[in-house]
Amino acid sequence: MFGISKINDIMLLVAFAAIILAGPIILEPIGASYPDLLQKFAIFGIFAIGFNILFGLTGYLSFGHAAFLGVGSYAAVWSFKLLSMNAIPAIAIAVVLSGLFALAIGYVSLRRAGIYFSILTLAFAQMSYNLAYSVLTPITNGETGLRVLRTDPRYLDVMFGADVGAAQPTTNFFGIEMTGWPGFYFCGIVLIAAFAFSIVIFRSPFGMTLRAIKSNQNRMGYTGFNSRPYLMSAFIISGMYAGLAGSLLAVTDPLAGAERMQWTASGEVVLMTILGGAGTLLGPVLGAGIIKYFENIFSAFNESVLNSLFEFMPEDVRHVVVEVAGLFVGDGWHLTLGVLFMIVVIFLPGGLMEGAMRVLRIKHSPKVTNIGKSPQRDIVGEGAIEENLDDRVRTAPARSKPTG
Amino acid sequence: MNNAVLSIHDVHKSFAGLHALSNINLDIRESESHAIIGPNGAGKSTLLNVCVGRLAPTRGTVLFDGTELTGKHPFEINQLGVARVFQTPEIFEDLTVIENVMIPMFSRRDRSFGLNIHSRFDEQTEIQSESVQVLADLGLGDHLAHLTNSLSRGDKRRLELAMCLVQHPKLLLLDEPTAGMARADTNATIELLKRIKATGITIVIIEHDMHVVFSLADRITVLAGGTIIAQGTPDEIKGNPKVVEAYLGEETV
Ligand SMILES: Nc1ncnc2c1ncn2[C@@H]1O[C@H](COP(=O)(O)OP(=O)(O)O)[C@@H](O)[C@H]1O
Ligand SMILES: [Mg+2]
Repeated sequence: MFGISKINDIMLLVAFAAIILAGPIILEPIGASYPDLLQKFAIFGIFAIGFNILFGLTGYLSFGHAAFLGVGSYAAVWSFKLLSMNAIPAIAIAVVLSGLFALAIGYVSLRRAGIYFSILTLAFAQMSYNLAYSVLTPITNGETGLRVLRTDPRYLDVMFGADVGAAQPTTNFFGIEMTGWPGFYFCGIVLIAAFAFSIVIFRSPFGMTLRAIKSNQNRMGYTGFNSRPYLMSAFIISGMYAGLAGSLLAVTDPLAGAERMQWTASGEVVLMTILGGAGTLLGPVLGAGIIKYFENIFSAFNESVLNSLFEFMPEDVRHVVVEVAGLFVGDGWHLTLGVLFMIVVIFLPGGLMEGAMRVLRIKHSPKVTNIGKSPQRDIVGEGAIEENLDDRVRTAPARSKPTG
Repeated sequence: MNNAVLSIHDVHKSFAGLHALSNINLDIRESESHAIIGPNGAGKSTLLNVCVGRLAPTRGTVLFDGTELTGKHPFEINQLGVARVFQTPEIFEDLTVIENVMIPMFSRRDRSFGLNIHSRFDEQTEIQSESVQVLADLGLGDHLAHLTNSLSRGDKRRLELAMCLVQHPKLLLLDEPTAGMARADTNATIELLKRIKATGITIVIIEHDMHVVFSLADRITVLAGGTIIAQGTPDEIKGNPKVVEAYLGEETV
């Protein structure tokens, strides 16, 4: 009846976990198999999964989620400075603080919907960004960024008898240093847990309620639902995901700067989610991976790399080709991202997941006509059948007829 | 009259100078089926909008079971037991048919908020079986897993009705439930509404089709130009010259 089941979801989770854990091997052929990059995949995957719980399920488009990422990072670094270099207290504090921060911002922003909501969240994030550079300098250390120092107190570490101050401290998970592959596996396992929790939300009555709010918030009122607490919960949960991602950024590299809160960072998570497929379980992770991968590959290209790539061409042609291609790589990689994004939005508004669904089940996949109007179904556990497309076309104009 | 479930008292509503409703006084009695008829633009839908909290009246009060409704949010009014079918179906277009019906049942169970993440919606057997039952009853049994934007207009109206019925409301407000339906569909809807009526639920129905009105209504109120021009039993209304002039004469099928 629903086309989903617990068994399906468990299989999905197991497959997901296997792919993440085998990531270093799977991504070897495309040259992405090194810990720094894979960590980024995992961390931004978590960020996007959380963002999708808000945007994908409720349709409320936040343009300020990087603020929570920043709060998470700062909170984690402070935990490293004051409590312990262990990742666990840092993560716990970051998640709680970003949740509280989301509560405050959500309380105000969710009084409005649509574009006004987006603008309110953007305004709050920019405000946080500017504050981090100005009056909050004692907390954020301004432009230099907040870092751990040998001389920090680290009360918890001292209490447990660590030799604080002996050497430049490194983050750890009960003794395992969070650099290199252990760092990736730590983030990967957190990503798997974050993904599992998002499945739980998607399949719960709460998740279905969020989808109903997205579909018709008016009807929710006439059905006895006060949408506000549901939206608040979704907003806070997704803020906590962002805080978690921010804290992991600090765990893998204990340094927090305000640029993490900039609007471009907020915009990036929007792109990731839409590119992969808003409202789907896998889409956001896919989008995050693709964007971080391309960022890494294309921004590393430079003229000499291009020249050697197009060596087979005659001198003059090569010159022109390299010149043009040069616009899209290095610092210009955002141009590539922009083009990729436009192509997806125009031809696949449901994101890459919609594309995959069309390929795998050409007939019965709901066609997405609008960004954010996601199919809300994955390939795995796709449940809805849409028939009578002709019928829908026939009745659509009738619906928009003014009614007396 | 003290057995009134819904009392509308001295309600006015104007839109930028247009008096959509003026001086409306109307009592809906317990367990009756009350039809509101009148030409297009008479203010019928506006009256229901005032009752469910979509519009605030410019003046006047609406009481439901002795509770003042004016100033309340739509969700609060619904929780008191008022459910409404709209003139243009208000359903969850991106959800499947069965999900559309489960949502109001979650509302009935959790009232206005429940952070239900400890269970799966596809394993809520009680809620599912009641949803399936109601949908089968309304002839939507074959569409359970379909997205609602693939339904015909008549099916959408029936779905919206199902969404109201699973809430077990005390008062059901219907805004032109048969508009745009084929004859056979209309007749099926009449039979359905008769069954609903037999359960003792109070119904207010706005309807253009006089066949539907006379098959169902215990009493009829006629609106024209925002005021009540007549009220009475179907027989009284049929014989009322004012009504015939304002409305019935041109519209009777
Ligand atoms: N939200 C609104 N804003 C402005 N005018 C409205 C609004 N709703 C209804 N009206 C006007 O009020 C009058 C009554 O409308 P309505 O109640 O929908 O009539 P009907 O009896 O056909 O249901 C119409 O003239 C309509 O244009
Ligand atoms: Mg109307």
